[in-house]
This record gives sequence, C-alpha cells and structure tokens, in this order.
Amino acid sequence: MSQVRLLVGTRKGGFVLTADGRRKDWTVSGPHFGGWEIYHMKGSPADPNRIYASQSSGWFGQVVQRSNDGGQTWAPVGNQFVYEGATRPHKWYDDTPHPWEFKRVWHLEPSARDPDDVYAGVEDAAIFRSQDGGQSWKELPGLRSHGTADGWHPGAGGMCLHSIVLDGRRIYTAISAAGCFRSDDGGASWKPINRGLHSQYIPDPDAEVGHCVHHIALHPARPNTLFMQKHWDVMRSDDAGDHWTEVSGNLPTDFGFVIDVHAHEPETIYVVPIKSDSEHYPPEGRLRVYRSRSGGNEWEALSRGLPQQHCYVDVLRDAMSVDRLEPCGVYFGTTGGQVYASADAGDTWTAVAHSLPGVLSVEAQTLP
Amino acid sequence: MVQVILPAHLRTLAGVSGDVWLELAPPVTAAAILDAVETRFPPLLGTIRDAQSRKRRPFVRFYACEEDLSNDDPDAPLPAAVAEGREPFWIIGAIAGG
Repeated sequence: MSQVRLLVGTRKGGFVLTADGRRKDWTVSGPHFGGWEIYHMKGSPADPNRIYASQSSGWFGQVVQRSNDGGQTWAPVGNQFVYEGATRPHKWYDDTPHPWEFKRVWHLEPSARDPDDVYAGVEDAAIFRSQDGGQSWKELPGLRSHGTADGWHPGAGGMCLHSIVLDGRRIYTAISAAGCFRSDDGGASWKPINRGLHSQYIPDPDAEVGHCVHHIALHPARPNTLFMQKHWDVMRSDDAGDHWTEVSGNLPTDFGFVIDVHAHEPETIYVVPIKSDSEHYPPEGRLRVYRSRSGGNEWEALSRGLPQQHCYVDVLRDAMSVDRLEPCGVYFGTTGGQVYASADAGDTWTAVAHSLPGVLSVEAQTLP
Repeated sequence: MVQVILPAHLRTLAGVSGDVWLELAPPVTAAAILDAVETRFPPLLGTIRDAQSRKRRPFVRFYACEEDLSNDDPDAPLPAAVAEGREPFWIIGAIAGG
C-alpha cells in the first residue's frame, strides 16, 4: 500500500510524519535538529529517501542537512553560500542602499531527475544550485544582477527568495518584496513577470518590480498556468507569468500566504484566507481552507474538522502541500503547531499533530 | 592540550558529547583554536565565525579565565592557563531574545 510522508519544518526542529495510504493513523518522529529553526525540508522526486533540510539559528547561522534514508538519519552538508561577484546594493527599508548579506535558506527545491541536483532560495534574495548533493553551492548570478535588483526592498520578513518552481529549463522564483521572476534558460538570465499585479502599498501600484508575492504554485500538467497568493490578492496567469489576472472572487479576504494546486485537477486550488496584513489570523477566529474548482473566482469554504471559534493562528507561505494519492490529500501547518490533514481533497480535516512548535513549512511525499 | 567547551547545539552538530581537547602549537590564540575546531569538525564551519571574513558571529562569545575575550584580537596569545589546559576556552551562545 502507498504511504505518505510529511516533512514539517518548525521554529524548533524538524518533524517527519508518516501514514499508510488511508492517511488516518500518523506516526510522528522528531524533533530532528531540536532547538533550530527548520525553514524547509523537501525530498527529491528522483529519490524520495533523499531529503534536504534548511537548519538555521540566529546564533550559529545556516546549516544544510541531508538524509539518504527518508529522514531517519541526517548529515550536515555544505553551508557556504557566497554571492558571485560585485553587485550594486539593494534598497533597505528606509530606501538607503544596503549591501547583500546572506542570512538563511528559505526554500530547497530538488530537481526532478537527479537527487544530487538541488536549488536553494535564500535571504538576501538569490538562488543557488548544488549539483553534488548539497556539498557545494554556486549562485546563479543572473537573477541578482538583473537591472532592477538595486531597487528591490525587503518585505517584513526580510528580502527572501521563498518560492522556486522548476519546469525543465524554465525556472520561476518569487521574492518578497520584489515579485516574480522567470528564467527560460536554466537560470542564466531572468525577467520580471509581474504585469497585472496591482499593489496599493507601493508608490507605483503597477510597477515592474516591488510586489510582495507570498507564494506561487503550478500544476505540472499545465506548465504555463501559475497561481499566486500575493500580499493581498489571489492571482493567476495562463501565459507563464507574462500577464496576471485577479481571481480572488468571493473570498472573505484575499490576504494570505499559502496557495497550492490539487494533484489531479489542475483547476482546483486551495488558499487559507488571513484577515489582514496587520492581523495575521483567520477572519472571525474561524480557520477555513478555501477551495476553488474553477481555477479561482468561485470559492467554497472547507471547515469540517477545523476550529471554528477562537482560532488565531497563521498559515505561513510554505506550510501547505498535497499528496498524489486518490483522492488527493491536502496538508497544512499553523503557527500554533497544529498539522491538519485531509484525505478527501479538503472536504474534511483532522489534526494529525496538535502541539508542535510553530510550523514554518509542510511538504508531502507520496511513497510507493 | 587546550580544552574547548562548545555550546550544546554545536556539540550536537559536531557529533561530540563532551569537551574538546586540542593539541596546538604556541602561540595559542582564539584564531588558532577556531581553525583547529573547524578542521576537526567541518560542520562547524561558519557557525562560530563567518567562513569568509572570519569575523565572530554576533551572538557567539568567547570566555576564558572569567574574562570576556570576545572582542580581543583573535590573533593575540590567550592566557597561559588556557594554553596549558588549566582553564577551558568557552565558546558561548549569548543569552539573547528573552
């Protein structure tokens, strides 16, 4: 029978949750790297037992861990992220020039075909690649040397490259608060893809860059269709990001962090609306996932099994994932330390972990 | 032999359970200790000081002989008691954040 493995990064360690294909009874292992922030853990599509984890601390900096046995044992690999060459400073919060400084790895994205090939999105925003299983890292400098980069500002969480979507030689990234970028040549050159985004919190609401994109998602069967949860607004593009249209529709609020796509239905998408940028919790204290089966605009609330009173948690940008079983499983974690699972595409939910540290990321792996 | 006491998180990362003893040629300096620690435990590279600039990470401190040596010249000789192994060289994760 198939299995599902959830890789859960939290403020105080990493956890691995496993269940069989029924997805009812879950085993929790961890914390791995207890006391460290685990921003992201992700397994290789080419070898699911190869898992990478970003481990960091305000005291001791960045460590990258690698497992070759599905998260049972780990070993540190390379942690040197050295920016390539000289680049003009970016903008600081007060508009003054600020040098690029590496702070942490926000996101790790293993490639589809080679377990040793993995990309890292880092703060201050840049993309790195390792082709030796994480032992050494090399920047793809075309992104950070883009002509707009000296005008990029950090978002409230820092100037982080938090989303990486791989589609062959095409790579999508998203940066807070610069926006989305696409490379069609394996990361050598990049172009901003933010046309159609409208952000009233920046001087030119329709600027080429400067948008606070929170997360992007893509279904492999529709490689030109991207979905985005922006600071405010849920967006979609059907031309690989060249143009975006808003699909917030009837959402109670279109602020939020996560967005994901059903594994088998490319027009079924999920978000978790959050009240506002100054009140990071669900509207009315009711935790609800919203699902659209039409690629946006028409949304239904999914609340069965989720707390419907006095709930004031947040769901952060990398903290939702789907499995590939039938029916599709959907998972998300909260800043309150709960991990919720749905084995029926979101119709009903169960808390499969109740009291973990605040969840930073959730990745689902579907195992044979 | 020089005795080095690592903070708990770095002991775990290095895979050691107790204090670390290092054989160092004189002069024994903070930089020489850190060089030896990083050579013996490669996962600690970059966790105590920046790997490129070799500058101490802001929330890491160095204590010895009841003195805070964090801001001393890393190439200055350490007290004889440290060099002779009578007093440990402490690498501390600073108390910060409440």
